[in-house]
Amino acid sequence: MSLTAYHKMQLYGALLLLPAAVLLTTFAYLPTITTVINSLFLPGFRGAPTEFVGLENYQVLFDDPTFWKVARNNLIYAIGTIPTSIALALCMALFVNGKLRGRGVVRMAYFTPTILPMIAAANIWMFFYAPQIGLFNQLLGILGFSGVNWLGDPSVALGSVIAMSVWKEAGFFMIFYLAALQSMPPELKEASDLEGTSRWHFFWRVTFPLLMPTTLFVLINALINAVRVVDHLFILTKGGPNNATNLLLYYVYENAFSFFDGTTAATITVVILLVLAVVATLKFTILDRRTHYQ
Amino acid sequence: MSNQSRIRLERVTKRWDATTAVDDISFDVTPGQFVILLGPSGCGKSTTLRMIAGLEEASSGRIHIGERDVTRLPPGDRGLSMVFQSYALFPHLSVADNIVFGLRSRKVPKAEQRERLARVAELVDLTDYLDRKPAKLSGGQRQRVALARSIISEHPICLMDEPLSNLDARLRSDMRREIKALQSRLNMTVIYVTHDQVEAMSMGDRVILMQHGKIVQDGTPDELYNRPASAFAASFIGSPAMNLLPLVAGETGAVIEGEPSTLVAPMEAAGGHLGVRPEDIELRPAASPGVPAKVVSEEYLGADTIAYVEVGSHTLRVRLSGKPLLTGQPCSLFWASKNIHLFDANGLRRDDMPLSDFAPPIRSIPRPPAVGSFQH
Repeated sequence: MSLTAYHKMQLYGALLLLPAAVLLTTFAYLPTITTVINSLFLPGFRGAPTEFVGLENYQVLFDDPTFWKVARNNLIYAIGTIPTSIALALCMALFVNGKLRGRGVVRMAYFTPTILPMIAAANIWMFFYAPQIGLFNQLLGILGFSGVNWLGDPSVALGSVIAMSVWKEAGFFMIFYLAALQSMPPELKEASDLEGTSRWHFFWRVTFPLLMPTTLFVLINALINAVRVVDHLFILTKGGPNNATNLLLYYVYENAFSFFDGTTAATITVVILLVLAVVATLKFTILDRRTHYQ
Repeated sequence: MSNQSRIRLERVTKRWDATTAVDDISFDVTPGQFVILLGPSGCGKSTTLRMIAGLEEASSGRIHIGERDVTRLPPGDRGLSMVFQSYALFPHLSVADNIVFGLRSRKVPKAEQRERLARVAELVDLTDYLDRKPAKLSGGQRQRVALARSIISEHPICLMDEPLSNLDARLRSDMRREIKALQSRLNMTVIYVTHDQVEAMSMGDRVILMQHGKIVQDGTPDELYNRPASAFAASFIGSPAMNLLPLVAGETGAVIEGEPSTLVAPMEAAGGHLGVRPEDIELRPAASPGVPAKVVSEEYLGADTIAYVEVGSHTLRVRLSGKPLLTGQPCSLFWASKNIHLFDANGLRRDDMPLSDFAPPIRSIPRPPAVGSFQH
């Protein structure tokens, strides 16, 4: 059998796509599908076959107050970390992009939290937050205030986790902003200086709109990071006290590997996937249209 | 015309650590003049312009605009506009928003913004493109937006930093005429930086030629072409460039190096250079009075031909009309003594030496038409 030129090209294209397709299928699509299937079945005990229960697992999940608490925690965590770390990253980038003595050192200092492994960073913050000997409480003690149980008090613990995440993420996002700022032609600033444009006006009319693609990219990253938190909870609070700092993915982890409840874990995972899909769709349909790409 | 747009530089210098980009420059631009800052790259012309604009601070010296000393004023307070080489358009704003950007910064009322925008868009022929983003425009149109942005500010002074260098040759010649026409129509004072002598010659009322941060010559295009102040000025203006031949002492006067048979200048000129423009040389039959030479190659350009002619150990360019096909032939080079330029050993012009023609001209020497001599 001889192939026509057209079929040869098709085959050639398919072969080029094959490695990526195999990897994606093995590690992304198949697990996703298995997870969705798992979330629709109850496991059989003692050799009994698994039982198809439809959406019952979801029903159980939505009736579970812990799930709602964790989801609410995650929402607060997202609202607490995303805008703060992005705003902080932008400010830091603007700062180190200017004429500044020792600019390289400051840039490095800002970026250091990012290169630290999460576990190491969480350990450092353990020393800050520790009730008696911690840095924060010692500083407060010098000023004459009584200490706060940063990670033990349910009303403060989530805030403490958020503060650490902002510290960890802002430097990473700063690098993207800094790169974007440096690719902006300096003539734009000069042209607006000649028109007597104020710094403030220039920032809102030129810099910020031109950074919009970066902001969007960073926003998506921040969002993904917000539902991806496992490691610092593992070190800092283990989700406690009383689930005050428990977040979705850590809850998935607990269900799967502490309670050995794979079904609930799969169900939560599907819910997370759906929420992220909705957010991504919104991003592409609404924000993208208003963004200027160069 | 008011004195408002007079620009005066007094002993302005710009230094960066060890390097001196602009070295003690002074000039005075009268209102309504179209002044060209011309020079090779790195000669300090752009730095000079940026100091006038206020984008660089002068290391020493004073800059005056009108009656004001603006040396330390921020760019926005100097009352001038600028067109950048890269156009510096805001990529996320429409053409209209780009043009009125400065008016918005200066809080000009909306109604007046619209009115001025309409007028300027008409002037530069952009009315149909006001809603587009710069990325959707051609190079020439972007150039017009940049022009419109500087015109709409109604500042009497416009600085231009190589505004045409990103355009192709044909568009460039159109824009040259357009900018020149706009300038005289709006009676603007323009300082225009370029390294292109064609732009300098065709647009400027006055050309300031710079080299190594210093002014080499400051005069009309005519003066620069006909009386170059130095060998550098001579070689920079005109295309193809002026021939510069080293002179050595002969038996009774200076001769071209490697060609001792013909006297070309008085003895004092030896050690310097003889300059003669390709369009001022005439090729004559080998036996006629003049410098013996041999045509080595020809470059046909359509309207004329550049012949490369060997004299002694040097090669000269000669502009000939038509397509003569002389390669390989011996000939004699003739030029009128009024058309030669002598430069001393330091490259400076000498006008104090008596010159004579090779022999009484047999017939009048027609100068080739000036048309075409500045074309690329």
